[in-house]
Amino acid sequence: MERRAVYRNKVLPWLLIGPQLILVLVFFYWPTSQALYWAFTLEQPWGGGNLWAGLDNFLYIFRDSRYWATVLRSAFYALAATGISMFVALTLASFVDRSLKGTKIFQSVFIWPYAIAAPAAGVAFRFIFSPEAGLVGGINELWPGIWDPSTNGIQALAMVIICHAWLGIGYNFVFFLAALQMIPRSINEAGAMDGARPLRRMLDLQLPLIAPTAFFLLIMNIISSFTDSFGLIDTMTEGGPVGQTEVMVYKIYVDGFKGLDYSGAAAQSIVLMLLVIGLTFIQFKWVERRVHYN
Amino acid sequence: MIERSPYFDAFTYAVMIIGLGLVVFPFWVVIVAASQSLQEVSSVPISLLPSDQLWVNLSEAWERGGLGTKMLNSMIVSVGVTIGKITLAAMSAFAIVFFNFRSRMICFWLIFITLMLPLEVRIVPTYAIAANALMPFQAILDVTGLTWLVQTVSGVQVSLNWNLLNSYTGLILPLVATATGTFLYRQFFMTIPDELVEASKMDGASAMEFFWDVLIPLSRTNMLALATIMFVSSWNQYLWPLLITTDRENFGTAVMQLRFLIPTMNGTPDWNVTMAAALIIMLPPLLVVAFMQRWFVRGLISRDK
Repeated sequence: MERRAVYRNKVLPWLLIGPQLILVLVFFYWPTSQALYWAFTLEQPWGGGNLWAGLDNFLYIFRDSRYWATVLRSAFYALAATGISMFVALTLASFVDRSLKGTKIFQSVFIWPYAIAAPAAGVAFRFIFSPEAGLVGGINELWPGIWDPSTNGIQALAMVIICHAWLGIGYNFVFFLAALQMIPRSINEAGAMDGARPLRRMLDLQLPLIAPTAFFLLIMNIISSFTDSFGLIDTMTEGGPVGQTEVMVYKIYVDGFKGLDYSGAAAQSIVLMLLVIGLTFIQFKWVERRVHYN
Repeated sequence: MIERSPYFDAFTYAVMIIGLGLVVFPFWVVIVAASQSLQEVSSVPISLLPSDQLWVNLSEAWERGGLGTKMLNSMIVSVGVTIGKITLAAMSAFAIVFFNFRSRMICFWLIFITLMLPLEVRIVPTYAIAANALMPFQAILDVTGLTWLVQTVSGVQVSLNWNLLNSYTGLILPLVATATGTFLYRQFFMTIPDELVEASKMDGASAMEFFWDVLIPLSRTNMLALATIMFVSSWNQYLWPLLITTDRENFGTAVMQLRFLIPTMNGTPDWNVTMAAALIIMLPPLLVVAFMQRWFVRGLISRDK
């Protein structure tokens, strides 16, 4: 990795990397240190600086049953959305990978959801699932009141998860297809010589070989369901009905900006940060011993 | 293709067509609803065939959402963020890979770790800093006693203040730092053979000339791929513009404007206008992805079967 040919200059590299370093310090490290400061202190109601609160902010949120409900909901959200999205994307990628005639058209359409903003998809799905409108809401004509995500929390959560899964299809598809196409052709041919039919080869040869990509995507999807869910929930349900679609990011936003409880929001941010850092760390540990085919 | 398997081929097409339906259905609903009149869009069950009101709804959405300004703002911000990210990523990676200075790995990790701190996670404190971007420097001055020193010597109270709320700078700057971009550029620069550096040194090219005349042209494909990803992600930003813009009239972006076009509980359920707005707003990134697909996917998918 070490280069032999490098430039020697005392000033130039700092001029090159300086702007980015300043941005990173101002917009990443400073806010993170502020979050830590707020999480361990409590702002006094009448001003006059913050009081040291130790772990009280954390204990407070950990004792709050509403917070745990949010954590459980986020976990369920993450697993459900990730599972559906990866399953659909993997199925599509496996079949596109067979490269039959005309596949190119399918391939380019399957990437589309990647380009769509979460709020735009949120608005579209909100209409699709709206109890008053004539799509899914049409079943209310047959069984009045059976579908109403604005009062039924489970239906509302299902609606958001489906939308999130749809949005993830494009990204997952691109990565799965790339991984499938990197498998050497000869392995597939050897399987065919041994008499394995295409479906058998998909399940027993290709699937195990793309396991590293699947794992990478699993982590990426879970992280994105923690972070990107905001735009969906804000346009589809605003956390409602009565907080039943509130996930961790949304609760931070509500507590911090609507409730102006900076210390509570900061403590929650720290918990979420640790979660994301933990997941990223696991991912890098895994990527280091990734399988290489050639 | 290895062997003939007509039944399985038919099954393959069937699965792909179902997939196509799944992916396209929401787009279809948006287009259909955007082309219907209020009466058609509120009928139960709704017709899934387009009607003739598309232009009317588009111009109504454009008018009501003030989308002229909003689309322009979104364009300025996305292009600004994309150019900024690529420039900074290329410069930083160049410094890290081609210069030998002691703290370069520390610098790389300082940038790389930010990958683990998505904006959504540190949103509350980041918002505080947007109100005064110079706060960290003020804190440094305060802690080191420089504020006190200047005040005692000259009688001037040092208070640095740079408010980023309601400005393009505020919309762009916090998004410009990029761990992903720096990492990708670094990976690419590391594949450049040493001989190329030596050859250009022998020809008497300076470091910056090497950067401009050799590295930048070589990295064009990577740059296009990166630009596509960056443009899409910055156009689709939602939470940050929502927080940092109080003057929605002049500094709102298109995607955040969508939220205010959703029919309210007691208002007219004119979903046709909302869908028309959604259509306008999702179009630019969709077009970019559709046109850039070749470059954007090439980095990942290389082999033809």
